[in-house]
Amino acid sequence: MTQLPTPSHTVGPFYGYALPFEGGGDMAPPGHPSAITLHGCVYDGAGAPVPDALIEFWQGDGTPGSLHRNGVDFTGFGRVATDGAGHWTVHTLAPKAPYISVCVFARGLTHHLFTRAYVNHGPDALLDALAADRRETLLARQGSDRAYRFDIRLQGEGETVFLEFR
Amino acid sequence: MTLRQSDIDAEVSAIREAYAKARAGGAPAAHHPPRDYAPYRSSVLRHPEQPLFAVTASNAPEAVELTGPVFGPADVTEFDSDLTRQHTGEPLGERITVSGRLLDSHGRPVRGQLIEVWQANASGRYPHRRDQHQAPLDPNFTGAGRMLTSETDGSYSFTTIRPGAYPWRNHENAWRPAHIHFSLFGTAFTQRLITQMYFPGDPLFAYDPILQSVTDDAARARLVAAYDHSLSRPEFSLGYRWDIVLDGPSATWIEEGR
Repeated sequence: MTQLPTPSHTVGPFYGYALPFEGGGDMAPPGHPSAITLHGCVYDGAGAPVPDALIEFWQGDGTPGSLHRNGVDFTGFGRVATDGAGHWTVHTLAPKAPYISVCVFARGLTHHLFTRAYVNHGPDALLDALAADRRETLLARQGSDRAYRFDIRLQGEGETVFLEFR
Repeated sequence: MTLRQSDIDAEVSAIREAYAKARAGGAPAAHHPPRDYAPYRSSVLRHPEQPLFAVTASNAPEAVELTGPVFGPADVTEFDSDLTRQHTGEPLGERITVSGRLLDSHGRPVRGQLIEVWQANASGRYPHRRDQHQAPLDPNFTGAGRMLTSETDGSYSFTTIRPGAYPWRNHENAWRPAHIHFSLFGTAFTQRLITQMYFPGDPLFAYDPILQSVTDDAARARLVAAYDHSLSRPEFSLGYRWDIVLDGPSATWIEEGR
């Protein structure tokens, strides 16, 4: 029997004492030799940083995913809040898929937004279907020291490609 | 210029009328709020203007998002689902239980999956440094909980206190109706949901642009819990029932759809 969905609402401004959890950005255990850093900023339509966004990451990769970090095992789920400058960071392992799935929540955002941070820029059905300037917004750019930069622009120039799953 | 409740009401009405007209013209029901909903002023610069890119089971059968995290016993403790037992004393306010089931869009229970809740205290105050409302904090109430849904029927139950309404600065004299925030996971990441549960009969419903962002009347009604006397416990708590239905495709849907 088909059930009508419960509507979404904004995460609001006051989730900070409830949703972030210890080690939420540490998907790879501390000191893992193959760990990569994925980081970036969230910006609004005026180009201002969004200091109260919550970002979730899912890559699975054979793990069930969990909130709890046991200090030993990799887990494919991460969650971090942006800091006062709109910046976030996670430490993870290179995903088996070319991308890490990203879900964005924020005060002012009535319904979360899905996107993907592609760390591998090779042929991909989704990337190949996008115009070049739009495609660019999904590419995590490698800097130094195994660090990849992935900024999220909610609106306007350079707006990130957001996904809808049907 | 001061933004008044009457200004917000006029904007809400105009959007509602446009939606009714679209529905009359055959448009499908909108179960979720539009991300571009100006009466909620914070949405103005925080919604995309480009259309979302559609990912379907046929163009992306291997999509990572068709799977999702599966939480377990290491993620919760038995104390996490009773928000009245997280400190040494009893919190102030009206003790309640909120119970229901977590279902997918086919009406099947979502078993053993994580539900997180957070809420203001009985005075309408969050223990958050950005909450400047001049209402007292309660040393015996934090207002955050989590639990796993039952392995049999996807049911959940939290014991807490009824939260208070509180003011915010969307416009002059803006007040949020009492609500509990819920965060939910399905079997696929595509089913992820964060929402808010309201209490029946709240007089603030009509004035709140966040609730009114759900323009469809029937959809909005699905955010309101029902008082259920059979869930009230003698000499202890008042009972509310609220079932939650997740949207979005999942890997199990694809398998079973074949």
